[in-house]
Amino acid sequence: MAVIHDVMPAFELFQPESTADAVTLLDRYSPNALVMAGGMDSFDWLKDRIKRPSVVIDLSRTGELRGIKDRDGGLEIGAATTLTEIVRSPLVRGKFALLAEAAELVASPQIRNQGTLGGNVSQDTRCWYYRAGWSCYRAGGNICYADTPTAINREHAILDADRCVAVNPSDTAPALIALDAQMVIQSARGERVVEAEDFFIGPGTDITRMTVLAPDELLTAIRIPATWGGAQFYFEKVRDRNVWDFPLLNVAAATTYASGRIERIRMVVNAAAPRPLRLHAVEAAVVGQPRSEETAERAGQIAIEGAQALRYNAYKIPLMRNLVKRAIRGRSDT
Amino acid sequence: MAEKLVGQNYVTPDLIAKVTGKSKYAEDFRVEGMLFAKLLLSPHPHARVTRIDTTAAMAVPGVKAILTADDLPAPADAVNDNGQLILANIDGEVSLTKEPVYQGQPILAVAAVDEVAAAEAIERIEIDYEPLPFVVDPLVSLRPDGPNARTKGNYWFIPPPTPPGTPPPKTPPRPEIREMKWTPAELAEADAGRLPMMDGAPEAWAHGDLEAGFKEAELVLDETFVTPDTSHQTLETRTALAYWQNGKVHVYTGTQSTAQTVLGVSRWVGVPPEDVVVVSEYTGGGFGSKITGAISLVIPVLLSKKANAPVMMRITREEEHYIGRARPGVRGRMKIGFAKDGRITALDMCSVSDNGPFERQGDCNNTGVIASLMYQPKAMRFRGISVLTNTPPRGPQSQPGGTQSHMLLEPVISKAARKLGIDQVAIRRINAPSGKAPFGPPGGPKQVQQYTTSAFVKETLDKGSALFKWDERKAQSGKRDGSKVRGVGVAVSTYSAGSTGFDGLIVIKPDGRLYIQSGIGNHGTESVSDCHRVSAEILDVPWDKVVLTWGDTAKNLPWTCNSGGSQTIHAMTRAAHAAGMDARKKLQEIAAKDLGGRPDDYEVANERVSRKGGGPGMTLAKAAQRAIELGGAYDGHQLPKDVNRFTTASATALAGQGLMGVAKDNYPRDGQSRSFVAGFAEVEIDVETGKYYILDYLAVADVGTVVHPRALGGQILGRSILGIGHTIGQKWVYDQQYGVALARRFHHNRPPTILDVPEQMAWAALDIPDPETPVGARGIGEPPVGAGACAVLNAISDALGDNIYQRAPVTLDMILTSLEAGRPTIEPLTAHI
Repeated sequence: MAVIHDVMPAFELFQPESTADAVTLLDRYSPNALVMAGGMDSFDWLKDRIKRPSVVIDLSRTGELRGIKDRDGGLEIGAATTLTEIVRSPLVRGKFALLAEAAELVASPQIRNQGTLGGNVSQDTRCWYYRAGWSCYRAGGNICYADTPTAINREHAILDADRCVAVNPSDTAPALIALDAQMVIQSARGERVVEAEDFFIGPGTDITRMTVLAPDELLTAIRIPATWGGAQFYFEKVRDRNVWDFPLLNVAAATTYASGRIERIRMVVNAAAPRPLRLHAVEAAVVGQPRSEETAERAGQIAIEGAQALRYNAYKIPLMRNLVKRAIRGRSDT
Repeated sequence: MAEKLVGQNYVTPDLIAKVTGKSKYAEDFRVEGMLFAKLLLSPHPHARVTRIDTTAAMAVPGVKAILTADDLPAPADAVNDNGQLILANIDGEVSLTKEPVYQGQPILAVAAVDEVAAAEAIERIEIDYEPLPFVVDPLVSLRPDGPNARTKGNYWFIPPPTPPGTPPPKTPPRPEIREMKWTPAELAEADAGRLPMMDGAPEAWAHGDLEAGFKEAELVLDETFVTPDTSHQTLETRTALAYWQNGKVHVYTGTQSTAQTVLGVSRWVGVPPEDVVVVSEYTGGGFGSKITGAISLVIPVLLSKKANAPVMMRITREEEHYIGRARPGVRGRMKIGFAKDGRITALDMCSVSDNGPFERQGDCNNTGVIASLMYQPKAMRFRGISVLTNTPPRGPQSQPGGTQSHMLLEPVISKAARKLGIDQVAIRRINAPSGKAPFGPPGGPKQVQQYTTSAFVKETLDKGSALFKWDERKAQSGKRDGSKVRGVGVAVSTYSAGSTGFDGLIVIKPDGRLYIQSGIGNHGTESVSDCHRVSAEILDVPWDKVVLTWGDTAKNLPWTCNSGGSQTIHAMTRAAHAAGMDARKKLQEIAAKDLGGRPDDYEVANERVSRKGGGPGMTLAKAAQRAIELGGAYDGHQLPKDVNRFTTASATALAGQGLMGVAKDNYPRDGQSRSFVAGFAEVEIDVETGKYYILDYLAVADVGTVVHPRALGGQILGRSILGIGHTIGQKWVYDQQYGVALARRFHHNRPPTILDVPEQMAWAALDIPDPETPVGARGIGEPPVGAGACAVLNAISDALGDNIYQRAPVTLDMILTSLEAGRPTIEPLTAHI
């Protein structure tokens, strides 16, 4: 069979108007159904004819999945809320600006108008071997093409790789983990709520998936507790171009201070590993420490312990060290 | 010349359609019964197709025809304008093949009622391949054990020049592929991590005494640099629609050159030019990739014939990566001697260019020619080889070879200035060409160099320094503020800027309007209308009384230059001048006939031809009516003998409608037209991330007379951004083990976005007329590219020193690891990483 790209094959399209309908459809058609929110991940797979679902469940008319509301001083954000809506939301910008900042750095204005928060955290890895349809581990094969002696792996993992060296490309994921968010998941079997930190999985857990979502499950909402509201936030994304680029690395941190010392902190980096990495060791080491260059230096060194470079991504190690340092230093205006 | 139209901004005739979306690009046309084509692309970088079975594909409902390489005409010999026989290149590019020589090369095409059916059919084609050796890195192919991209070898043989005194052969030899490998000594040098100077390289020339030049030098630098392969990335892909009617083939496609695309189609399809109609009202960018359309248009043309229905072939972005052309990356080794004052006393350079799989690209040799022009070395030796690889076909891209030349040399010149303690502007000034500046390989019976028509590079540097406040900013360069450090950079750049000998064709009709026929392509430069304002200026016709016809070769267009090599504004203002002067002369003659006196007693102004200093006259409308009555040359029934037959056919069709101005540009020109740009950039680099921002950019152009300031500014800054892309991130990525593209789409190849350049970029032009052309204008499309690329390159090294990069693009990973290690750490010579 000859291969052709860039023409979407035929499929059956459903556009449920309620979450319940979407869940019922998923129950009926999974694993042959593809859930599509903004389409920013799905369209590539469809156009390239690599994913060939018989059914596409388009959530663009599922109004219940959209919107941002206050929930006990925190937020509940519908999974199909667009990134632009998040960026513009006074609720988000007020106490949880970390998320707005992260969302605003995703891709380009057009993509943010179309892309959703649920989609941004659920998106598949962007490894160019895997996305081109190569039969790698993640695609069910038995090799990682990005980890051969000639592979070009500038954008791949320096930590926690397990056979597959692809990274999670989300900008909002580390912000959500730093904010201690929870992911609300529904299926015909009912509702479950998963900590954002546990929502993302590495190849050691399941090499074919980026999240805990089972084929028949739907991410319906993201909850942000009041816990970190109004904390000091730091988000930085490093990318090649100033717009329309995935992160080479990003860092998200939420910190509170007491008497000039770090009281509480959550820090997460993404695009360093197959899943967003919460830096527990860094957090433990800096709590109670002054916000100083020494603390920052130490945090940076701890962060990169165990990091291993591939042929073309050695820069990620000093970059991660420096981003963690900067996150500890905090913004110059705070 | 001046001044009512030339030098003024105006609303171009295509503007409203463009901003309202009413402009029709090739993909916007619809024809009754139109089919859609899809392509089967080779998954292999090099293979032989051993079996194709289309049975199941043809059975897909809606599929009408399948075109394979068997349906293509064989490459045919041709006769050029000088009557010379040009033997067909039997190893040149074809639109479909059974021996794909790059991943993504089209093998066959399916026409069906819609694209879904066509794609379905492609998937049902059974096809077997026998993989063949391949190579995607020119240096790998030069290794003695390295594979060749083509079964016949890895470069195009260049016949030795005919000895002085003997006439050149009547028929140039047929292009021939041969094999070249490094000598053991060269291999040893390459293995030690350095690009060898290849003494046996096929492209070789020299001038001056190199040895003496190096002896004279205070400082000798010996460096290597690698430039990126960059796709043209036109926003409009090479989509084409074709149908046949009454024996003529009608092709709707994007092209840079409407009139000359007729010849491209004629040659590729094998039909006479008079049976070709090209429609190209709007083209979404070319940059050299669509000089006469694209060879892929053969596919819908022949599919349309086979299916007996119109065929639209829409090209996707990924397909465009494969068939859309790209600039060859060049790896260069430059040994340069500098005198104490920065003057270049000797330049020894070797360029190894990535040719792609097909016709020899001129970029390689141009790296030497441009170096010799821009920096005027007292002595120079050039050696080069354009190595065949199994990567997508290359084509000229804005400033082909020139951009690479500047990227190879500018960093070395910057380094020399630092070492010698000379200002960066001063070192470029002391090496700048001026006036009739010699350049390139010595040639002709007397073995002398060509020279420029004029050059005002020192003036551009002076003007730029003042506007940019160079001295003030320089004082801040390299100073740290936290993790941020600023740097300023200057670079000079040049390229060809004009040709001669084309035709103008205009008619003043009895309605008093001036009808101008334009064969220029409408690809965003506005030369399609800008050039013709010269005719209106000469005839003193207000622009709102001008009717411009363009974009359809059935509409009687004159013989026109192709829009490559930045030649159009020069060539076609000359042709417009000639046609305007012809019409003016005829107006004066008619007035003298009817009103007495001699033609010279009359002047043309205010839409009238009237006696100088007041007196009798007539309106242009009336004169047009009289021209029709007089007939002969006045209304186009008699035509000049020296215009091209293309113009003769068009003028004959327009004869009898009014007073015709029709003429060939026979104006003299002493020298070769070249334009120059000086670019100035300021960057701010974050040393903790390696990320940098371009804070400011200024380009100052020496392009002769400014014809249309807004269009000129658009070209200067737009092409500067094209160049900047080469420095900040645009590239190809290939996996050497599999020979396939990893970066296939915009977000992989990273062309620059508007947010990657400063919000306020500035430009200026000297506006000094070129003395060798009546309007004074030279071209601008290409020279800004190298200035943009290199001003930023130089600003980075100005901020951080010389141990940061030895290849481009200079991305943040390169900066960060170099800063960590204190030396460049990214592989210096590997292609496409």
